Amino acid sequence: MTTLFKNARLIDPEAGSDEHGALLVRDGKILAYGEESEILKDIDRAGLDIVECNGKCLAPGIVDIGVKVCEPGERHKESYRSAGLAAAAGGVTTMVTRPDTTPAIDTPEVLEFVRRRANEAAPVNVLPMAALTKAREGREMTEISFLMDAGAVAFTDCDNVIRDTKVFSRALTYARSCGALVIAHPQEPGLSKGAAATSGKFASLRGLPTVSPMAERMGLDRDIALIEMTGARYHADQITTARALPALERAKKNGLDITAGVSIHHLTLNELDVADYRTFFKIKPPLRAEDDRLAVIEAVASGLIDIISSMHTPQDEESKRRPFEEAASGAVALETLLPAALRLYHSGQLSLPQLFRAMSLNPARRLGLDSGRLSQGAPADLVLFDANVPFVLDRYTLHSKSQNTPFDGARLQGRVLATYVAGQPVYRRD
Amino acid sequence: MTFSHRHLLGIEHLAPSDITAVLDLADTYADLNRQPQKHGDALAGMTQINMFFENSTRTQASFELAGMRLGADVMNMSMQTSSVKKGETLIDTAMTLNAMHPDLLVVRHPSSGAVDLLAQKVNCAVLNAGDGRHEHPTQALLDALTIRRAKGRLHRLNIAICGDIAHSRVARSNILLLGKMENRIRLIGPPTLMPSGIGEFGVEVFEDMNEGLRDVDVVMMLRLQKERMDGGFIPSEREYYFRYGLDSEKLGMAKEDAIVMHPGPMNRGVEIDGTLADDINRSVIQDQVEMGVAVRMAAMDLLARNLRQRTAA
Repeated sequence: MTTLFKNARLIDPEAGSDEHGALLVRDGKILAYGEESEILKDIDRAGLDIVECNGKCLAPGIVDIGVKVCEPGERHKESYRSAGLAAAAGGVTTMVTRPDTTPAIDTPEVLEFVRRRANEAAPVNVLPMAALTKAREGREMTEISFLMDAGAVAFTDCDNVIRDTKVFSRALTYARSCGALVIAHPQEPGLSKGAAATSGKFASLRGLPTVSPMAERMGLDRDIALIEMTGARYHADQITTARALPALERAKKNGLDITAGVSIHHLTLNELDVADYRTFFKIKPPLRAEDDRLAVIEAVASGLIDIISSMHTPQDEESKRRPFEEAASGAVALETLLPAALRLYHSGQLSLPQLFRAMSLNPARRLGLDSGRLSQGAPADLVLFDANVPFVLDRYTLHSKSQNTPFDGARLQGRVLATYVAGQPVYRRD
Repeated sequence: MTFSHRHLLGIEHLAPSDITAVLDLADTYADLNRQPQKHGDALAGMTQINMFFENSTRTQASFELAGMRLGADVMNMSMQTSSVKKGETLIDTAMTLNAMHPDLLVVRHPSSGAVDLLAQKVNCAVLNAGDGRHEHPTQALLDALTIRRAKGRLHRLNIAICGDIAHSRVARSNILLLGKMENRIRLIGPPTLMPSGIGEFGVEVFEDMNEGLRDVDVVMMLRLQKERMDGGFIPSEREYYFRYGLDSEKLGMAKEDAIVMHPGPMNRGVEIDGTLADDINRSVIQDQVEMGVAVRMAAMDLLARNLRQRTAA
C-alpha cells in the first residue's frame, strides 16, 4: 500500500530544512519526499491513499529517551497501555523506557516481561533500557551482554549516581567491550543529597534544602574523566546548568564518545515557577535559574546539547500532595513535550528543524536507529502537527494515568493532529 | 485598620500597613495583659486548635494563653503522638480536623511550606507557628513590637541578626519584616550558616562579629541547634562562642543603648553570655515573651474579624 501525505510543511532535521512538499510512504517506510509532482513521477496515482495535510507540519516522530513507565511495580501510576496512548497523542513514536521500576529492570527475565507487555499494549515503538548495576544499587554490574541480546538499547541507573568510582569504571569498561551505551545522571551525590531546589535567593526565601548548580558540573567532570579512562560510549541524561557546558564542550572536542540531553522542563521553566511550593514543579535535578535556562537553550541551538527528552515521570496525587520537601519528584510530559518545545520555536530561540534534530534525529542516531529522519528507506514514523493553534492545557485530558504536569492551566501553542508508526495512524485528533 | 488576610502564613505576603495594624492592636492587648482582669471576648464562641507537628513549649503556651484570654475554646493536639505516626498524610489530617469546624488553626510543622499546603485545604483561618526553615511570622511580629516599644519606632534602625541564619525561620521572617519597615539589616555569622543567595537579600553580611555590631541599635541573637554544633557546620561549641557568642565586650561595639534580643530557648554560653541575657538594662528577652502573647491575641483577633465578616457576607 502506498500513502501520499500531500500539501505538508516538511520538517527535515537532517537537511535542516522546513519546506512545503509531499511525502510518499510504502510498506511502512518512506519512499520519497519533496515536490509532489517530482515524487509522483513514476507512481501510479490510482489506488494511492491520500492524507491531506492542509499545509500543517509533518516531521519525523519523536524518539524520547528516558520515559518512565511504571510496570512492573506501580501500574496504577502508568502502564504500557496508558503511556503508549499518551506517547501517540504527543507525537512520540518511540519510547525509550527507564529501568527505575520496582523491581528494577536488571535481568534478561524482567526485560523479557517488559518487552512482552510493551508489545501487547503500546501503539508506538518501545525500546527498553536496562539498569547498569543490579537493583540500581551501584555495587555489581548487570549482565550487560545478555540484556543487550534481550533487547536493551542502553544501560542506566537513572537518577541513582554510582558513588563508587571503581564500580562505575569497571561497568564502563565492560560496557565498552560490549559496545553498549551508558546513560548517567551527572550529579555529585554528596552535595545534592536531600536537595529539593537549586541554591539561590528563591530557595533560601522558601526555606528549602538546596543543591549548588556546581554539583552537576562536578558529576560531569568525574564522568568525563572516567570516559577518557575507559573509552565508553556515554550519554549524560540531563545537562541543565551553564557551568557544566564548557566541560561538555571540551570533552566533545577531545573526541570522547559523549552526548548530552536535557529535559523539556529545564528548557521551558525556571526555579521561580515553584512559587508557593507547587510540587508539580518538583523535578530532578531541580529547576534552575533563568540564566541557566537560557544558556542551555543556546547549547541546544548550537548542537552542544544533543537531545531533548520528556523525562516523563508519572507520580500519583498522593505522592505529590505533600509538603514540598517530602513530595515525590518528576512530571509527566509525553503529551506536553511537543507543545512545550514549540514555545522555543514561537519565541524565536529554536527553529523547527533544530527542535526535531534534538527530539527525533539525534536520539535515533545515538541509539543506532534508522528512524528520526525523513529519508528514503527510513521507517514512516511521523508526526503531523499544527504549530500555531493555541490552547489551554487541562491536565485531566491527558492520557497518562498520572496527571502531574507543571503545564496544567498553561497557555500553549501547537498540538499534534496525527501520529503514524510505520505508516499506520496510531493517533488522530478529532 | 487594613488587615484583610484570611490566614497568617508568613510575613512575605503582608504590607507595611498590615504589620502596623497588628502591632497597634497588640499594643492595646499588651496593656490589657498587665491588668488583673485580662479577659476579652474577641474570640468568644470560637474554637482554636493548636497542631504542633514539632516540639514546642513556649510558642504553644503563648498561642494557648492568647486564645483563652480572648475567650476561645482552645484545644492542643500534639501531632507527634497522633495518627500522623500511623501514616496519615498531612492533607488527610487537615480534612479530618476541618470537618470538626474549628475557626482558628495554629500549625507548626518541620517542613517548609507545609502550613501553606494545609491552609489550601481548610475553611478556617490558619496561623503559621513555624514551618521548617521558611517562616515564623508571629515571632517576627512580636520582635517588631518589642523593638517598637523599646526604641519608640520601627524604621531607620540598624539591626543585627546573628548566628545560624541558614536554618532559621525566625531570621527569614525578621529579615522580611524589618526590611519592609525600612530598617538597615546586618546578618552576622560564619559563612557555613548563611543561606545561599544571601547577597541578593538587600542586607549587609558580616563574618566578623565586632565589625558587624558596630553602631547597631538592636542585636538579635538566634538559637544554634544542638545538632549543628559538632563539626558539620562549625568546628565546636567553644570556638563558636569565642567568635560569635554575644558577651559584653562584643556588645560594646554596638550603640550604648542597643537592646539585646533572643527568640529562646537560649543556649547560655553558646550564643549568648548568661549574665548579659539577664541584664535588664540591655536584654529585652522577657519583654519578647510578654509581647508574644499580645501579638498572637492581635493576630487571631484580626483574623477572626475577617472570618466573621466572610461568614456574614
